[in-house]
Parts: sequence; C-alpha cells; structure tokens
Amino acid sequence: MTWAPITVDATHFYLQVYWWIIIAVLGGLFLLMTFVQGGQTLFHTAKSEDEERAILNSLGRKWELTFTTLVLFGGALYAAFPLFYAISFGGAYWVWMLILFAFVLQAVSYEYMNKPNNLIGKGAYKAFLYFNGFVGMVLIGAAVGTFFTGSNFSYDPVTKVLHWGTAPEGFNLRGLEAAIDFKHGAWFNLAMGILVFAAARILGAMWLINDIDNKEFPELIERLRGIVKRCFVVLLVALGVVLFGWLTMKGYAYDIHDPTGKVYYEDGKYLHNLLAFGAIQLIILLIGLVLYVFGVFVTAFKNSTRGIWFSGLGIVLIGIIVFTLAGLNGTSFYPSYADLQSSLTIQNSSGSKYTLMVMAWVSISVPFVLGYIAWVWYQMKKGGPITKEEIADPESHAY
Amino acid sequence: MGIDLHMLEWARAQFAMTALFHFFFVPFTLGMSFLVAFFETIYVKTGKEEWKEITQFWQTIFGINFALGLATGIIHEFEFGTNWSTYSWVVGDLFGAPLAVEGIVAFFMEATFAAISFFGWKRVSTGVHLSATWLLAIGSNLSALWILIANGFMQHPSNEFGFFNIDTSRLEMTNFWALITQPVAQVKFLHTISAGYTLSSLFVLGISALYLLKGKHKDFAKKSAAVAAAFGLISSIFVAVIGDEHAYEVANTQPTKIASAEGLYVGEKGAPIVAIGIPKNLPAEEVKSNDEAFVFKIELPKMLSLLGKRDPNAYVPGLKDLIKGNEEYGIWPLKKLAEIGKEAREDLFKYHEAKKVGDEAAAEAAKADFYKVIWEDKDTGVKLTKADLIGYGYFLDKNPDLIYPPVPSVFYAFHIMVGLGFWFILLFLMSWVAIVKGTFEQNKFLQKLAVISVPLPWIATSFGWMTAEIGRQPWTVFGVLPTAESVTPLALTNVQATFFLFLTAFVILGIAELKILFTVVKSGPKGAH
Repeated sequence: MTWAPITVDATHFYLQVYWWIIIAVLGGLFLLMTFVQGGQTLFHTAKSEDEERAILNSLGRKWELTFTTLVLFGGALYAAFPLFYAISFGGAYWVWMLILFAFVLQAVSYEYMNKPNNLIGKGAYKAFLYFNGFVGMVLIGAAVGTFFTGSNFSYDPVTKVLHWGTAPEGFNLRGLEAAIDFKHGAWFNLAMGILVFAAARILGAMWLINDIDNKEFPELIERLRGIVKRCFVVLLVALGVVLFGWLTMKGYAYDIHDPTGKVYYEDGKYLHNLLAFGAIQLIILLIGLVLYVFGVFVTAFKNSTRGIWFSGLGIVLIGIIVFTLAGLNGTSFYPSYADLQSSLTIQNSSGSKYTLMVMAWVSISVPFVLGYIAWVWYQMKKGGPITKEEIADPESHAY
Repeated sequence: MGIDLHMLEWARAQFAMTALFHFFFVPFTLGMSFLVAFFETIYVKTGKEEWKEITQFWQTIFGINFALGLATGIIHEFEFGTNWSTYSWVVGDLFGAPLAVEGIVAFFMEATFAAISFFGWKRVSTGVHLSATWLLAIGSNLSALWILIANGFMQHPSNEFGFFNIDTSRLEMTNFWALITQPVAQVKFLHTISAGYTLSSLFVLGISALYLLKGKHKDFAKKSAAVAAAFGLISSIFVAVIGDEHAYEVANTQPTKIASAEGLYVGEKGAPIVAIGIPKNLPAEEVKSNDEAFVFKIELPKMLSLLGKRDPNAYVPGLKDLIKGNEEYGIWPLKKLAEIGKEAREDLFKYHEAKKVGDEAAAEAAKADFYKVIWEDKDTGVKLTKADLIGYGYFLDKNPDLIYPPVPSVFYAFHIMVGLGFWFILLFLMSWVAIVKGTFEQNKFLQKLAVISVPLPWIATSFGWMTAEIGRQPWTVFGVLPTAESVTPLALTNVQATFFLFLTAFVILGIAELKILFTVVKSGPKGAH
C-alpha cells in the first residue's frame, strides 16, 4: 500500500480542474480530427484512379492537423500531469509504442504514395494508412477505456519509480493486457476501441462526402453513404456496451477535500458523475449524441453533404464528456486495480501550482490558434470541393 | 533501485538512433523553409514565372523531407514517457512545459500554414500564399526555439528558474521567464538554426552546381545558387561566431563536456586547443600530463582558456581535477560531492518517513538539513545547498570514470564539426565571390567542390548534436539527474524489440525518401510535380 498525499490548495485545485478541462477539449477536438484516420480506411471504396486520388488529396490536406493535435495532447499532459505521462507511457509501453508506430507510418504515406521510385510501392503506403486508421484508432480507444477500467501498476511514493504488473492475478503485457484481461474490463476497453474506430470511419466518410465534388464523383459518394449506414450499426452496438459500462461500473473515487487523497471504490460512480453539477455532463453528452446521430441521419437518408458539421460538433462534445467523467468530481482518471492508492487523480499527478499557472497564461493563446486554423480552413474550402481538374493540375502539389 | 544497466544502454541507443534520424530532417526544414520563402518573395516582387518554378521545385523537395521529419519527430515526445518515465516525472514541469508551449504556439502554426503553402497555390490570393510560406518558416523555427529551451534546461539546470521540491521529489519551476531567456538555451537555439540555414543553403548550392556541371536547367541553377550562396555565407559565419559563444557557455556550465571535447585530462593555466589530434581513452585519475593522453596532437596555445574563460591565461579544469578535486582552484572532489548527494537522499527519505508517521518536528529537521547551504560565494551571493547535489549521490562508491563521457567520441565529434564549419565558410565565400564576378557558371572545379560537399553539413550537424548529448553524459539533467536514474524500468526484450521496430521502419523510409529525392532532382524543375 502506498501513500499519495495531495496538496489541498484552492488555487492549485482550480488550475488542475482547468487543465483537465483543456485536456478534455483537446481530446474532443482530436476525436473530431480522427475523420482523417477513418477516411484512411476507405480507399477500397474508390473504384478508379481518380476516385482514389480524390480521397487521398482530401485527407492529405488535413492529416497534419490531426497529427499536431495528438502532439499537443501529449505535450499538455506532459506539462500538466507529468506523473500520468510517466506511469501510463512508461507502463502501458506496447500500447503507446504501437500507436506511435502507426503515426510514424502515416506521416510519410501521403507524401510518398504516388511519387515515382518510392521503394516499397503504392500498396505498402496504402496499407500504412489503413494500419494507422484501424490499429491506431482501436488502440487509442482502448487506452482511453483504461481510464475507467484501470491498469495493473503501483509506484514508489517518494521516488515515483514505476512497477507495472503488480497485481498477481493480472496479466503483464505492458499495456496490451487491457484487451485480453476480461476480469479487469477488457470488454469495456475493446468496446471503446471499436467505438472510436467506428466513429472515426463515419466521420471520415462524411468528410469525404463534403469535400469531394459530388457531381464529378457520384458513385463514390453513394458508396460512402453506404459506409455511413453500415458503420453506424457497429457504432450503436459498441456505444451500447460503453453506456452499459458507465451506468453499471463501480468507479474509482476520492474525496477532493481529503488531504490523504485516499482512493476507494464507489458503485455507480460514473452514473453519479453524469448526474453531478445539475446533470450538466449528462445534458452535454445527450446533445452530443443527438447531433452525431442527426449528422448520420441527414448524410445517410437526406443526401446532405453537411452531416460532418453536426456529427463533428457532436463528437467534440462527447469527447469532452468522456474525459470529464473520467477525471472530475473526485474521480481517479488513471486508476490502478493492482494498488488502489497508486491510482492517479488530477490532484496527485499534476505539475506544480506555478507551472500550471504559467501554462494557464499560455493557454490564452488557444482561441487565437483555433481562430487561425478556422480561417485557413475557410480559405482552403471557399474555392469549392476537390475536382478532377485540381487533382490533375501539376501546380496544385496534388498527391 | 535496481536498473538493468544493459537495458539502460539499449534505451540510450534507441533514443540516440531516433534522435539522429530526426536530426537529419530538422536542420533541413529550418533552413529550407526560409529559402523557399525567399524564392517566393522574389517571385511575388518580380512577378516572373521562372521564380515561381524555382519556388515550387524547392518546395517539392522541402515537402518530401518535411514528411519524414514529422514521422521521426512524434516518437520523441512520447519516448520521454515510454522509456524515460522517471525523468519525465521528475522534470515534467521544467521540460514538459516548453514542449507543450511548442505545440500550442509553434507546431500548429507550422502545420496549419503548411497546408496553404503546399496546396493553396490556386486556392488563395498571392499575398495570403506568400504570408503562409513565411509563417511556415517562422513556425518551424519557433518550434526549434521551444525544443532547445527544453534542451537548454537539460544542459544547465539553474536555481534561477527551478528547485528540487522535497515534498514532491521533483524539480519544479520557479521562474518561467528565466527558463526561456537563459543564455545556454538562447545560444544553442541560434547555433542550431544557423547551422540549419547553412545546411540547406549548401544543399541548394550543390544541386544547382550539379545542374551546371551537367549543362541542364542553367538559368534555374544560377538563380538558385545566387540566393543560396548569399544566405549560406551569412549563416555559416554566424554559426561560427555564435558557436564560439556557445563553447564559452558550455565551458562555464559543463566542465566535463568541454574537458572531454578537448581531451583535457589535467587542468592547465593557459590551456591550449588541440587543432588536430588522436586522443586516448584513459582513466582520468591516472593521467599525469595531457601529452600522454594523445597519440599525436597539434595545439593552438592558450586558445581554450581564451575560448572558455575569455582570458588567455585562465585556468581550465581537466577531468582529473573534476574527479580528484583541486584545492587551489576551489574544485571539490567527486567523492565529496557524492557524499553530500547521498546525505541529501537520506534527508529526503527521512522527511517522507517522518511525514508518514506524522512527526512534524522530525520532518522539519530533515527538510532544514536537505536545504542546508553548504557553500556560498561571498561576492555574488550564489549559494549551493545539499539539495542541489542530490544527483551526485548516485555516484558514491561507483567507478569515478563514470562521471565524464567517453573522451574520444566527444573529441572527434566536436573537432570534425568545427573543421567542417570552417570549410563551409570558405566554400560559400569562394562561391559567392565567383557568383558576384560572374565566373561561377564556368568554374567546374568550384562546382564539383559544392556537389561533393552536399552531405558534409549533415555530418557536421549530427556530430554537433552528439557533442551536446554524449558530452552531457552521465546526466540527463546536468549535475542533477543521472541518466541511469531517468530510465523506465522495463524488461530488456521490450526495449530491444522497439529499437529494431523503429530502426527497420526508419531505414526503409529513409531509403525511400532518398530514392524519391534523387528522382525529383534528376528530373529537374520541369518534372518536379
């Protein structure tokens, strides 16, 4: 049994909450941007060279933003919750390494795929994009799943040296056990993985429907609408499992006013969180779900190209709630089932008050950054959707 | 704690391998982004189509490189967590914060405006496009600034911006402004970006010279070469000037690094620089004189004292002095430092034990002991506390030769870098003069020199990076956190497996990159797309 005392300082606590909300917003924005990953698993819907290049070029202008969001997500966690960074990345080693590997492969694939003499051929780069879109998404989803189901670790309270695989009855596959250890919630982690993948794929199809000229590529657009319908069925099943988990699971709770920071099990913890603060989280979650489903509905049945905007906003809201459920209201966001008192909370894993304060000042620039991203997005969009002419133009730097 | 030292070596190898791969692409991005912006500015100012062609050709090459730079870059941020988790926990505030700031203020700028610069030629106005190209360049360079602020902290963790907090057992930030403005980081930043400008200028000059040699794309090559030679000449001179300043900072903050880089085993007054030499790898304690430490050497007398202390007769400590101490110059022996460090560790544990059982008096006593001032400079008021030496506790009863890096590696890396740096100045000077006189097009010899010099800046920048990083060993945070105590406790096979996973991927993607690059260069500006 270790001991994780926490600093009870109101300003520090508010900063920890503030930073957790920023993490949640970044998480939500990242989920929106995974339309790139989802779209990468849709190359087989293209039946001609032109169709394939339309998909490639549409996603190829956006993938860096997703990549950058992931980098910032990592950076923000590093600065704001360094103990989480150390324990989760160092502990669930293989999960993060494989996610990283998937993103390493992605980063070159757009640029190299259609270039002559690219060594391993177009098919290989396409396979890399599928790998990133499928394995990357499922792993990230499952990793977020462990925010609720817990992991198998403990650490030294003074030196913070990590011991992964502490629970004698648990597996130790450096994180990959989260997918096979059903006694410790693998079903939930897997459902989260599939949910994130299905959601990304639907968003990907919607993005392509919006971004590619519907008149020039009518058959491709039809096939993509079919994808939206079919994936939505998968999504509903996974979502059902996740919601069932949230409503029934016992959660890892602690009292935010208790200086010892003692963590204990609480039945229905996540349900309690949904209903806390005037059920605001439940309301936002429902708004998010309704928006997402509405986007799917108009895309699948109303021939709309604007589904992405509804579902996109919806997934941002859902993503925010996933993280606030996991970390706020006296909840351990990275629990340990091996040693309850090693569980990480926003209060025992954060950076110092001074650092969080400095970073809070820096965070004022975030709306400005979002502003210029939106402006650039608009600049690139106002010329209309991607056409055959643009793909064929040697000056467009088309892939 | 028991760390598998064999695993530690693999974790270091993995980090070194991924860092070197990444650093092939970084300097190129830093400089090429500006060169592309120069070319586009000339195009917009003159309105001449050939400058647009020049811009787009170099942009294509920039893009091919940029992709692999991103691929090899993302792994680092996460590698600090996966393989260096103890490090990440201890320094998250001071090291993670600049990384997060980099993400917010620089990386987004780079990635967002890259989209316009690459794909927006027909989608946005000329002015917007040109601004985007410039913002891409500025964003890349700002990225480097924040990364090197983080690295600067590792090289020189100062009490001006951080302290060891006994409550959390971490290094915590006390002054953000001091962290980002500290001279070590600033000179490192300027040295690194100007090296990047030199590297990319030489690339453009070399490829242009290749076209001239083959009699192809002459007008294109002459125009590109003119811009590259001017930018390269200014940059390469600046690299040397700021490099001198950098060496001065290192000499005053990391004595083991400068001593290793110069093979200075025994401290000297008016210490020389070894211009050329073959150093031996000796146990520093047993070395009697610096002459026996070299198979052969040619010296520049008094230059190291001048470089490091700004005084030709000043004393520069050698590795032996840093281990055995030197009373005359107030250098404490390693053993003393290690003993104090060990005491600091004991105070830390005592403090936490006392806290646990609720013995506040004992906790306060341990805390007072931990922060006890053990040395004070009467003139400047600079104080040293026990807590500052906590890292040295690790080296108590260990082989004292562990306290400095392998001398030949650092020596060769440093000297080859410096030598190449002077060659670049000379080459750019000759090329620039020839271009101004209008003789570059006929000067086959100079063109050949430029072509064969293309790979050299990559060797120089890699060796520069090695000087900085190997030279800092055995610390991740100099003087505070030993490398051996920074690593994630993992089974050896995990680290070996990821090492080979990334090595394989990088080798394959690296070869693919070169093949694509050669193809683009071969087909020339017309066939760039």
